[in-house]
Amino acid sequence: MSVTVKNLSYVYMKGTSFEKKALEDININIGTGEFVGIIGHTGSGKSTLVQHFNGLLKPTSGSVFINGEELKGNRAKELKRKVGIVFQYPEHQLFEETVYKDIAFGLVKRGESKEAIDEKVRNTVKALGLSEDILEKSPFELSGGQKRRVAIAGILVLQPEILVLDEPAAGLDPKGRDEIFNLISDLHKSHKMTVILVSHSMEDIARYVDNIIVMNRGKVEMTGPPQSIFSKMERLEEIGLALPQITYLFKKLKKRIPAINDNIISVSEARKELEKYLRKADG
Amino acid sequence: MVKDITLGQYIPGNSLIHRADPRVKLILTFILMTTIMIVKSYTAFLMIAGLILVTVFSGKIPFVYTLKGLKPIMPVVIFTALINIFTTEGTVLYGFKFIHITYEGLDMAAKTSLRIVTLIIGTSIMLLTTTPLSLTDGIERLLYPLSRIGLPVHEFAMMMNIALRFIPTLLEETDKVMKAQASRGVDFETGGIIERGKNFIPVLVPLFVSALRRADELAVAMEARCYNGGKGRTRMKQLKLTKVDLQITLVLVVFEFVLLYVQYVKMPV
Repeated sequence: MSVTVKNLSYVYMKGTSFEKKALEDININIGTGEFVGIIGHTGSGKSTLVQHFNGLLKPTSGSVFINGEELKGNRAKELKRKVGIVFQYPEHQLFEETVYKDIAFGLVKRGESKEAIDEKVRNTVKALGLSEDILEKSPFELSGGQKRRVAIAGILVLQPEILVLDEPAAGLDPKGRDEIFNLISDLHKSHKMTVILVSHSMEDIARYVDNIIVMNRGKVEMTGPPQSIFSKMERLEEIGLALPQITYLFKKLKKRIPAINDNIISVSEARKELEKYLRKADG
Repeated sequence: MVKDITLGQYIPGNSLIHRADPRVKLILTFILMTTIMIVKSYTAFLMIAGLILVTVFSGKIPFVYTLKGLKPIMPVVIFTALINIFTTEGTVLYGFKFIHITYEGLDMAAKTSLRIVTLIIGTSIMLLTTTPLSLTDGIERLLYPLSRIGLPVHEFAMMMNIALRFIPTLLEETDKVMKAQASRGVDFETGGIIERGKNFIPVLVPLFVSALRRADELAVAMEARCYNGGKGRTRMKQLKLTKVDLQITLVLVVFEFVLLYVQYVKMPV
């Protein structure tokens, strides 16, 4: 499923002395099955933007289309269901007595049958690499990483076709981050979902996404594949974003060894490039 | 969702009245309230209305906001006016069976309404031009003498401060949790009362959990900074009387003298 945004503007607290323009004339297009990163400094409007994708916020002007249909009127309810948003610190929304009930909550709201719910909950838990033992525990006695997975499961169980994750790794340790990102990446591959990853850190998303949308002060600053975005280093730094550390390292290396390719955005690419260079140097 | 809520009623500004010391504002407002309660003539009400208008304009307070404060109190005004109109004895202007409207009744109704309206607008000027924090600060300093007789003034003020400080945080949190649950299919906008009430459980539980967590964190943070009550505590932002305070006090004092003169000397009631 695709997401298209046309001339979208959004103003907070319109008509009061606290009026604030959050989004200005946004035009983007995210194709079916794409893995997209939305990146921007704090307050750049990225979270506001994604909340339009399932109608949590209504555009002040402009429109949002899900799979070509405008998110508006009678069809809105149906279309909203196709979009799952995982908010920042999703574990703060856990509330049920047991993990099972919490994950099943959305399905119960949709009025699905007990059998269907049971099957979906168990499948989701398995897909997220959680053991079934935790289903009967209280969500409040889990570890931080587990809580986060359970909360994500609560969205995934609804089988969205577009999955939006707002800073899914915030507050996790490096291992937890890698696990979450690998999980998301796997889900994208296995379920052919459209995945939109919101973050302020290039480091996190560079490795995974096909395209990046850079936001700055409520506007789209640039869009394109990671390589082309990263080539505009100066502009990115101007708007408060940093490149992945490995990219900086290779830009420095390039000054010493001109033969090396400095268009590197992940550690695995770096390794390949280094091996290639060393082999050449040997031979 | 929880939309567009402004905390308290404060509107940022930099006028005389904005810069005045909260203690002075509290006292002056109190004096004005008392005056409104004791004056009896329409001339006096007219003068008070004039003073209020001048303050509103010089403070650059959007007039709509002062009127907004009146909205919830309007039923009370209308109700008391009606009671006054129909129950006061005196010269009958219009009579029909057991209903009779008297001249005194209308007079009383008009004055009571004026009294309530000016009271509300008068206080709202203070609330519109003072941040909630400096307001509690002012209250704490004014009530400080009461701590001599054992009232925990500082603790009350601190509680109020903390409560006020966390209103926006909690609202934001409510908004976030509501959005998160709405994304899981909770519909907050339709359904009967019971359905809607039930829908708030998934919001309230996470809110309580986070409020308790925040309280805990705040307590630790305060203790880590050696907070142990009000005794011997100094302030970063000292309340200081300035020229502004003298000016607005003078304005009110002169106003009160003129008013009392008009009320009791020139045309005694």
